[in-house]
Amino acid sequence: MLKIGVKDLAKYPFLTEAGEYLRNTGLSLEQLGHPDWQPIVEKAYGRIVVASSGQIYGSDLETLDNDSELLSFLVAIILLKSAGIATLIRRFSLAESRRAERYLQQDLWVSRDKKNLELPLKIIRDLFAVNVSIDNEDFVIKVPDYLHRAIHFHEKEWKLVNRRVANGLVYLSAHETVRLIRAELGEYIHEKIQSVNVDSVPQIFRQRVEDLVTLAKKFSDTTYVSSEYPPCVKHGIEVLEKGENLPHSGRFLLATYLLSKGQTVDQIAPLFKNAPDYNERTTRYQLDHISGSSGSGTKYQCPSCEKLRSESLCFAIPDCDGIINPVQFGKKRKNQ
Amino acid sequence: MNEKNALLIESAFKEYYFNRFDLIHVPQRAAEREFGYQKFNSGMTRHLVVKNDKELHLMLMKEVPSDVYCSNAYYMFPNLPMSEKDWKGADMIFDIDAKDLALPCRKDHTIFKCSSCNNSATEFQSQCPKCGSGKFETASVICKNCISESKKEVTKLVDILTTDLNVQKEQIETYFSGNEGFHIRVTNADYEPLGSQERADLVDYIMFNGAIPESFGIRRQNNSKSLLPTFEEKGWRGRVARKLFSSKSKVPKVTREIIASGYSAFQVQLEEIKKTMGVRVDPKVTMDIHRIFRLEGSINSKSGLSKIQCTNLDSFDPFLEACLLGDDNVEIMVDCPLQIRLKNKKFGPYKSEIVSLPKYAAVYMLCKGLGNAI
Repeated sequence: MLKIGVKDLAKYPFLTEAGEYLRNTGLSLEQLGHPDWQPIVEKAYGRIVVASSGQIYGSDLETLDNDSELLSFLVAIILLKSAGIATLIRRFSLAESRRAERYLQQDLWVSRDKKNLELPLKIIRDLFAVNVSIDNEDFVIKVPDYLHRAIHFHEKEWKLVNRRVANGLVYLSAHETVRLIRAELGEYIHEKIQSVNVDSVPQIFRQRVEDLVTLAKKFSDTTYVSSEYPPCVKHGIEVLEKGENLPHSGRFLLATYLLSKGQTVDQIAPLFKNAPDYNERTTRYQLDHISGSSGSGTKYQCPSCEKLRSESLCFAIPDCDGIINPVQFGKKRKNQ
Repeated sequence: MNEKNALLIESAFKEYYFNRFDLIHVPQRAAEREFGYQKFNSGMTRHLVVKNDKELHLMLMKEVPSDVYCSNAYYMFPNLPMSEKDWKGADMIFDIDAKDLALPCRKDHTIFKCSSCNNSATEFQSQCPKCGSGKFETASVICKNCISESKKEVTKLVDILTTDLNVQKEQIETYFSGNEGFHIRVTNADYEPLGSQERADLVDYIMFNGAIPESFGIRRQNNSKSLLPTFEEKGWRGRVARKLFSSKSKVPKVTREIIASGYSAFQVQLEEIKKTMGVRVDPKVTMDIHRIFRLEGSINSKSGLSKIQCTNLDSFDPFLEACLLGDDNVEIMVDCPLQIRLKNKKFGPYKSEIVSLPKYAAVYMLCKGLGNAI
């Protein structure tokens, strides 16, 4: 059986094995409430603050105490659940999934020659039901497994025709393999946090829980929703407002729709401020790219209703009858 | 279609459905599929469940449909409305139709029929020489070249399915569509759950749509020969290499040319490769995961020929093997300016004349709109 060490758990603290490890050490929540453990609470709080600012919490696994890495993750969840603020939980899940993504990629890359891939491949297999195997320098997955995930990417290089394919398998680098499961990793960590129940919180946690409530106020900007927006666009704006993670395709819809309605990049950019992974520079870069003012100069069009339906981003109402693209929504109504 | 024509065709179809039960079977997992049919001069009846051959034969005898369809999808409740069916998965299907291949022979076997006076001609005219109308209907008749070109597409498709996508030969069934092309059905559990978008990307792969130079080693700058595909590679990279270099001895020379010509020129080359090597399937059919597709063994009312399985594609002659209606003679009025060949017999050309034809040929003329029952 695969042996998962404490260092592995520090990298991937969301694994079921992390809970087992803690149970074996006999450490309880009450004990964590002892002032001796205050540094862990501080570390956990710091971890959330870093995540909420859109950064990835870095751990130096060579020098740090791995137990405290694992414990701070668990305490962070208790703090988050006690504060009960969805935006923070989203941001934390996303940042933690990016962190795990780094380690996963590193583990795939480093162990490739040593043939010591059991752990990263097990994580991918157990969490996302994707079998990844190795063929010389590459990682390979079955064509249908690839298609299920790659269709959510808009870049042409992710089209199957632009991949190396043979015998029903797609060939990927370590980076591409991890990139392919990114969205699912975030979702997995989020669900895992959501499923945790916190009954009572030790006294020494309370101050930090209150601090989190104060911290969250920073992200509660509201955005004006025009009644003329089609339901899919409204939905996207609402998701962002709640500070939840709108998938790439949803953000693409918002950007292309609003650009087509004549809004400028400056007007649109603040809309994404609530996104858990908000980064002003990246947002602007992407909006500029979509608007055609940078990159290849291609101005991207708003996706069709059919495409949105297949991405589960369509929330059609009777007013949507007869339109094939969200940009027709307002026009159609005025004509009637 | 006029009533008399419909009656004649219907009686020929009924005879076929009665006599040739041996050729008409429900596909595997029939109870999980949706069936549908159309009757002459009537709309589509869908959302039916046909559990076995017996129920199918009963329906065919009772309804005598002009066309019969069956879903490639599997449902929990195939007889409920679409939104309640509970989709479980679907076979992969491909439609290769000669009319989509833009073959030069099309003009040689297309008949233009004036919509107002029914006068037919083999050349396109902007106005009917007889009545001056500008409206025409077209009918494409039997062409060996169309069939042999369609077969080449089938062969290309089967090659990609088996070598790139790991589909086993016995999981691929090839059918003559009953008119001018072929239907291919793939039953493979790995591909069954794929949704419409996944299938759209898969069909782009098969058609070689959306390939970018970077994937074949050509970047906008700093190109190096080490990134170009090689002869031995699998998938599209190997196919592209074999096409570009044509022989191993030419590799160094062609490599230099490709690198010197740059990105845009390579993009043009990829477009050319798409035209010749991409499989020309109808993408809409493969993407549609709720389609009801012509049922094997049933007759195609566009021609009166049957959709039948081709066990040996190379030697398959649809105008002999799929022409399964009766051969007793019937008299009809025919206006067919081209000669056609069915069951190794030549018919026509006919210039608005009453002729006695075997039933299979008479029905062919009526289905193509080139004749009338008298």
